[in-house]
Amino acid sequence: MAEPQALLSIENVETYYGNIRALSGVTVHANPGEIVTLIGANGAGKSTLMMTIFGMPRARTGRIVFDGKDITKLPTHEIARLRIAQSPEGRRIFPRMTVQENLQMGASLDNLQFFDEDSRMVFDLFPRLKERINQRGGTLSGGEQQMLAIGRALMARPRLLLLDEPSLGLAPLIIKHIFEAIKELNKHTGLTVFLVEQNAFGALKLADRGYVMVNGIVKMSGSSADLLANPEVRAAYLEGGRH
Amino acid sequence: MDSEVQKNTSAILRVERLSMKFGGLIAINDLNFEAKRGAITALIGPNGAGKTTVFNCITGFYKPTEGMLTLTRQNGEEYLLERMADFVITKKAKVARTFQNIRLFSGLTVLENLLVAQHNPLMLSSGFTVLGLLGFPTYKKAAADAIEKARFWLEKINLVDRADDAAGDLPYGAQRRLEIARAMCTEPELLCLDEPAAGLNARESAELNKLLLDIRAETGTSILLIEHDMSVVMEISDHVVVLEYGTKISDGTPDMVKNDPKVIAAYLGVEDEEVVELIEQAEAAGVDDITAAVDLLSTEALQEIVETHPDAGPVELIPATSAAKARRAKTPAVKKTSATTVSTATEAAAKAGAIKAGATANALTEPRGGKADRLILIKGIGPVNERKLNEHGIFHFDQIAAWKKADVIAAEAYLDFDGRIAREDWIGQAKKLAKESQAKPAPKKTGGAK
Repeated sequence: MAEPQALLSIENVETYYGNIRALSGVTVHANPGEIVTLIGANGAGKSTLMMTIFGMPRARTGRIVFDGKDITKLPTHEIARLRIAQSPEGRRIFPRMTVQENLQMGASLDNLQFFDEDSRMVFDLFPRLKERINQRGGTLSGGEQQMLAIGRALMARPRLLLLDEPSLGLAPLIIKHIFEAIKELNKHTGLTVFLVEQNAFGALKLADRGYVMVNGIVKMSGSSADLLANPEVRAAYLEGGRH
Repeated sequence: MDSEVQKNTSAILRVERLSMKFGGLIAINDLNFEAKRGAITALIGPNGAGKTTVFNCITGFYKPTEGMLTLTRQNGEEYLLERMADFVITKKAKVARTFQNIRLFSGLTVLENLLVAQHNPLMLSSGFTVLGLLGFPTYKKAAADAIEKARFWLEKINLVDRADDAAGDLPYGAQRRLEIARAMCTEPELLCLDEPAAGLNARESAELNKLLLDIRAETGTSILLIEHDMSVVMEISDHVVVLEYGTKISDGTPDMVKNDPKVIAAYLGVEDEEVVELIEQAEAAGVDDITAAVDLLSTEALQEIVETHPDAGPVELIPATSAAKARRAKTPAVKKTSATTVSTATEAAAKAGAIKAGATANALTEPRGGKADRLILIKGIGPVNERKLNEHGIFHFDQIAAWKKADVIAAEAYLDFDGRIAREDWIGQAKKLAKESQAKPAPKKTGGAK
């Protein structure tokens, strides 16, 4: 792809937890309308990078630029207002709010203006949520909470969608639906997606480009097809039980 | 079925007529199954089917509304788990579990987590602290044994060098393994694992498979497993039970379950190997839109199953597979077969249900020439809606293009939309697409047209 203005560019970012360096000089970008995936073993720093985009924790060095604007030091809620939405790892939904209220939280940027329309789209994707609309988030099963976290992120009408392991704990059929939905949203609305997945095979199939992260460093990057064909990547992340 | 279940003495756990209701919500409805001693039994099913609730009943976190849970220990002692408190279940019935959302003591070190698991024997040997304070040798020995056992499991899960780190600082995969080790330190006879492979990559889940097989081989522990990762379930389990909406829909060996049309429709979609095969063929044919092809395949296969096998029976995925293949992968070689398979598929569909109620005026019983247009080309129509439209006799762009106001209302009723058809201008899009497809006519039945 030619080099248009990247929607998100992360330049040389280092993030620390106390004295432990979790990211050491990470440079990653996502062009508008692209699906980019980040793969790597557990503990490589993928989720840390996702959280760093939102300033929790803050990048100690380096720059994060979204749509030409430096957001490195912006407060987290202001970052969310720029229409960057995240479905965090571990389903951090609001457990005491109902499904409906959780989705309303996602749609609060627009004062619920598009709530009916967007919630219908979410229910189309996850019919289970519709059945549970008045149930509290905390009483949903694990997989349903995951659906709710993704749905809530979609409700924000994001320009950039960060998905941290969307397939975690979901039935194979639902994973297919989600990947299909991401692809469709990307195709029809030009949504830019930044995807972290353990299911490297599925993620690379979906994405245009990918980065491979090892111990807080981006080790490799390239088009998905190249990474899929790369013997090193295959050995480390793809083989030994194809998902 | 009940009597058959009761006769079998090799079962470590018998679940009979188990029901769990939360207010008006029925989470488990009259469930019967059993886990054999020394076997790995997997519990699978769609999200929200009630799998974790079954675990919570077995481990005493919930008191079941109805039903009996009988655990038979190696020494022949029988326990009715539904009557016992959770800590007694661990202590006496020797059932241990892990959690879907990891619940380690994150502030304690890795080693301490494993020692807490051995609280019961340690407490006993320290004379409930008194003898321990006085420095009695029995306690010293017990403490040394506890550490030794912890070390044994740390070696097994490859975490010896992190024994003194806080458990919360470990990466996700390591925390999962530590949870298993902690459960094993209670010396269980039945180990219940709630999604142990969630969040693990392909290689890590292969390691997990090995760990679980080792545990069974070395300690004889029976394992009950909830898991969505089919590379784990199908590889290591001896027996698979499938739940949907709190009811059992299938029960048998991995191979049986994998090919059960009900399971495929409710849970699996199309088998993984078949998807992989399709992807490879699509790649060979130079199709760029692979994921869409896969998804199309799964939706189509489902529809096929639902329509041609309303009540189980052997399933034939092949026609749908090749149909999807042919539609996407435009290779002349496949096309020849495709024409016939597509028409058989649609014939089957037509026979099975014809047009659903509430269809629009210009609905057809089957696509003209046996070949439907790809309605998903219209912006706003996804595979799900395409299926709904097909079910209601809409197969072609020109049909949508010819819709009148009443038709739009009817279509929106069954699609569960309001205003979207007009907003996204489906009719305008359809007119354009209909014109295009007339300009360069789509290949027809004859096939082999190069």
